[in-house]
Amino acid sequence: MDGHAPHGSNYRYVARKRRTKEDKRFITGRGRYVADVSVPGMKHVAVIASPHAAARIAAIRTAKALAVPGVVAVVTGADIVAATNPMQHGLDIPGVRWYALAVDRARYAGEWVAAVVADSRYVAEDAAELIEVDYEPLPFVIDPEAAFQPGSPPVHPDHKSNVLFQRRFVYGDVDGDFRRADHTLSFRVRWGRSSTVPIETFGVLARWDEGRDVLDVWASIQMPKFHDQLAGCLRLGGNNVRVHYDVDVGGSYGTKRGIAHSVLVGFLARKLRTPVRFIEDRLEYMAGGGAHGPDRIFDMEVAFNRDGRVLSHRMRALDDVGCYPGRSPLQLGKPIGAIVGPYKIGSCAYEAISVTTNKTSQVAVRGFGQAPTNVAIETAMDRVAGFLGIDRLEVRRRNFIAKGEFPYLIPSGTTYDSGDYPTVLDKTVALSRWPELLAKRDALRAEGRLAGIGIATCLEPSGGNSAFEPLFNPLNDTTTWMESCQIKIDLGGTITAIIATSTSGQGHETLVATVIGEELERDPDTIRVVHSDSLGAFPSNSPVGSRMAIMLGGAASGAARQIRASLTRIAAHNFNVPEDRLEYESGAITNRNNTAQKLAWDDLVRIAHRKYHLMPPGSEPGLQATYCWEVPTGGKMPTPDGRVQMYPCFSFEAHVPLVAIDPASGKVDILAYFVGHDCGTVISPDIVRGITCGGIAHGIGAALYEKFEYDANGQLLAGTFADYLMPSAHEVPAIAVTEHCTPSPHTPMGQKGSGEAGYLGAPAAIASAVNDALAPLGLAITTLPMRLKDIEALLAAKSGPKP
Amino acid sequence: MTDRRDIRLTINGRVHAACAAPRMTLVDFIRDELGLTGTHIGCEHGVCGACSVIFDGKPIRSCLMFAVQADGHAITTVEGLEGADGTLSPLQDSFWEAHAMQCGYCTPGMLIAAHALLAENLDPTEDDIREAISGNLCRCTGYQQIVEAVVHAARRRKGG
Amino acid sequence: MKAAPFDYVRVTTVAEVCRALDGAGGEGKIIAGGQTLVPMMAMRLARPTLLVDINDVSELQGIAATGGALKVKACTRQAAALASPLVAATLPLLARAMRWVGHGQTRNRGTVGGSIAHADPSAEIPLVAVTLGATIEARRSASARLIEADAFFEGPMMTALAADECLTEVRFPVWPEAHVGSGFEEVSARRGDFAIVAAAAQVALAPDGRCTRVAVGIGGAGGRAVNCAPAAGSLFGTRLDDATIDAAAGRIAALIEPQDDIHATADYRRRAAAALAARALRSARADAATKAAA
Ligand code: FES
Ligand code: FES
Repeated sequence: MDGHAPHGSNYRYVARKRRTKEDKRFITGRGRYVADVSVPGMKHVAVIASPHAAARIAAIRTAKALAVPGVVAVVTGADIVAATNPMQHGLDIPGVRWYALAVDRARYAGEWVAAVVADSRYVAEDAAELIEVDYEPLPFVIDPEAAFQPGSPPVHPDHKSNVLFQRRFVYGDVDGDFRRADHTLSFRVRWGRSSTVPIETFGVLARWDEGRDVLDVWASIQMPKFHDQLAGCLRLGGNNVRVHYDVDVGGSYGTKRGIAHSVLVGFLARKLRTPVRFIEDRLEYMAGGGAHGPDRIFDMEVAFNRDGRVLSHRMRALDDVGCYPGRSPLQLGKPIGAIVGPYKIGSCAYEAISVTTNKTSQVAVRGFGQAPTNVAIETAMDRVAGFLGIDRLEVRRRNFIAKGEFPYLIPSGTTYDSGDYPTVLDKTVALSRWPELLAKRDALRAEGRLAGIGIATCLEPSGGNSAFEPLFNPLNDTTTWMESCQIKIDLGGTITAIIATSTSGQGHETLVATVIGEELERDPDTIRVVHSDSLGAFPSNSPVGSRMAIMLGGAASGAARQIRASLTRIAAHNFNVPEDRLEYESGAITNRNNTAQKLAWDDLVRIAHRKYHLMPPGSEPGLQATYCWEVPTGGKMPTPDGRVQMYPCFSFEAHVPLVAIDPASGKVDILAYFVGHDCGTVISPDIVRGITCGGIAHGIGAALYEKFEYDANGQLLAGTFADYLMPSAHEVPAIAVTEHCTPSPHTPMGQKGSGEAGYLGAPAAIASAVNDALAPLGLAITTLPMRLKDIEALLAAKSGPKP
Repeated sequence: MTDRRDIRLTINGRVHAACAAPRMTLVDFIRDELGLTGTHIGCEHGVCGACSVIFDGKPIRSCLMFAVQADGHAITTVEGLEGADGTLSPLQDSFWEAHAMQCGYCTPGMLIAAHALLAENLDPTEDDIREAISGNLCRCTGYQQIVEAVVHAARRRKGG
Repeated sequence: MKAAPFDYVRVTTVAEVCRALDGAGGEGKIIAGGQTLVPMMAMRLARPTLLVDINDVSELQGIAATGGALKVKACTRQAAALASPLVAATLPLLARAMRWVGHGQTRNRGTVGGSIAHADPSAEIPLVAVTLGATIEARRSASARLIEADAFFEGPMMTALAADECLTEVRFPVWPEAHVGSGFEEVSARRGDFAIVAAAAQVALAPDGRCTRVAVGIGGAGGRAVNCAPAAGSLFGTRLDDATIDAAAGRIAALIEPQDDIHATADYRRRAAAALAARALRSARADAATKAAA
């Protein structure tokens, strides 16, 4: 990026309260989600799922289903395997073959075994009930620690072991630091199987355009390189697939990656030569949709001195990715870029183990593995404080990287761009009125309730790069994760920007319009932002890894600056003066030395479009620009010992919740919640605050309520919204946010990412608060979610039966 | 008798005569037969509230009714909240002003729940608001800006 | 999640309800609010071949207090019961319990009779019916009968109603004593969810503060709500001091037979039942005492 705009608050549009561009269509019921798209002749899909955790599929009889009036087709894994390529994984694991429908063997309860296509979803469900499958149950494995053991029933027999990935990274003199430390302690943290669970399930509609040889796809998708992957699986050229990215996505937070659904529907649309739509229903989503999140066991050892300074840690993370890993093992890789949190921990060892089990698959979830890791790191800080009897805030302050120490290289090879952790923590503590908060907690305790204050100070690595790919997969040497933006100014002078992905609530249209408006000094409300289809799009890696403010914002800045440069060249040519004599103001350009020489925006635009004789010789006619931006700090391969620059920018958040627990029921009430947040320059304050609060709510769910629980037979127990419990407006308290701004040196406006804000610290903060409440009883809980039954069981075991 | 039935219902002030099989849910009918896709589906088992509509003046979940049951009744969907000339209702405008949404998927249901609250409570407290929207799940916002939007709308109505 | 096909008939009298059910060969189901039935149908866990819609049956609407009972017609909306001054005045326990029933939107459709007929073991209204010993009126074509709540609820989602019977009315006894107080306590994972455990209690106090009558019930902790009268006997004649209540609560917990599920273990439920029963009794005592003082 050439030239940085000045940081600070002298922006016209950036960082100012402005209405969001997307909202108007949503408040009027005019959003256009995939289930709202309908094309003539469209048929509907329902799937049937394996009831067994593992079984050989001996026979599938479809005649009865096919006889139902309105049924068009029934397909099984055999049809899929004949016509599609297996879907991709992030690792090189040829023994794990993944298709849209089970092939010969079902590997988890809920796996799709056959699909019905019919005139309506109602009829499709009628027919699905009539498909007869002969299953021969096979041994299975549900517990990740059991799966890690040699000899456990193989989920994918061709892969031999259930271990998909295992590597121990050693960064620095870990053993030496442990020897030198005054103290060490160790503990285990368990992160339960939860996910983002958007209110909209996944859906996809495909139509094969016979006359053009194009597969049109509308999908509720948030996925890097979706169209490329889909084309590959369907054995089509990339330019035979047109994904329409102008579909509104009803929430994703990482997980809307229905590649299996899309391959199935794409295959059906071509085979049947009719448009086919599959809107997953909630039961299909929960059990079979492959959208579960990390399910991790952390074993932590921490080495620290008597002053509370942490010297080193050893972290072992065992993650259960379920049946088909896709990119999920890479979620163990991303946290390497913030493996010591915001702390000056000089060395560390990290063992990442990914196992497969007979459960539905894991997918990328908000934070890409960082939220669970942050729980482990923050638990360590609380434990150190508890061990030494030092205040938990003080322990953090003693370990924080100081403001003056940036850029700061952590042991794993990533350099943090900027930050001011002590100040953000201080602002949060001030916001919470700390002395009053303590008094409130103590008053609750005096009433006989359990009460606790949580503290978590966590990083949000942002700017989504793919450095974990080459780190975890030697066959993968991807080192770019670019994002593009195109801008065109039409003859009438209005600005249209073209972006290459769908939006699922992050407000990309507002972001791009605001940034371009700022760069060109034009009112963002007049700027249109279009989500291109994949054929018209320039390269994108989609909104993952908190990257859009940085990457899409950066690309928009880059394109806008090109436009501004073109305008400047035109004016310089017409005024016959050097460019540095020109003054740009709201789209008009004046000769500073002769203010009578002025070209208004409309004049400049008309010259570009109509008056080539007034253009500098050799210039491109029209007024358009394309900018494709590489992730700042990107482009590098990891070192052989696993050091790598993971993401470019590091946002920071400090959380302080107050909770009370009813000792009789174990129920946790969150009475107050304070958060301080620093994501550099905030482009759209409402959007950033909204995402932060939403991330906290999501984190509260992961900490207290949500779990895709399986029984010992591999049956999903939380398959409906009555069992998978997402917090409502009652469970989520009012949240007070204070923003701080430490600009990033890597971005045009100093912005950092915020898409995962809140979620990266809330689970750790709630765990800290619950443990603070339990501490007076000498109890601790380190398994998330901390459901009321879990907390009550601890209390009951301690006190014996209650009256 | 499982055949389609003729039904007549008033939606957003307009009478619709249509046909529906008894098993078609009201939400499917509103969306697929009438093309009013502002009402959403999140669970189809009565938990998320994305399908909320106003039925004879009260908010209900339209995935928990069959369309034939609505024969002869009056329904308001999100599309009916704005004025005939497209003017946003104060509540809608407050949702926009407060950015009370992200993905917008729960938004129609939230608007319906909040609209019903304001219809019967002139001066709701924050607790009243949370209670009124507690049957509507939002995964994006953490509810904070939704609550603020409803407070704002109530205040605007009072002229404050 | 689409229901299997069915026939649908909307009727306006109880006689028509009975006739329709009669003709359905045991496969007919009444639909009132549909808040429990429709999800079950969507998951195809219930697949009636005929739905008899009673929402237009005016004789099934309404609340009246006569003959020492609060009579709630089956198709009365839960929201109407919650808002009813008559319920608040004569049967505060029901009013308290109603607040825990679902959410505003489900209460706007859900009916009192529907909740009784579905017999969810964690539902609040059946708990109140069992605790107070309500009587349930059911009609079939040629006959009507009254069923005691205790006999009515047979197990999870199972009742004494025959397939061709229509539940018409629930009669909750209204205690004539001067100083009656009630308490309702519930723990659910989120507010508005079905109870993991719920406790209902109602007491009458003599002017001297002694307990002359008591009813306690536990919901959510077994296949059906449990009337805990056998464990509450020791409360008669006492002043319901904390120790007495706690002792009774312990016996109440011993009376129930809870089981494990995803939300809680049997042990959890037993302990929570004791704690909630004690709390419900204490609030009932306090409530009755306020009335005595007033
Ligand atoms: S779709 Fe109706 S409540 Fe979820
Ligand atoms: S705005 Fe996305 S679910 Fe509420």
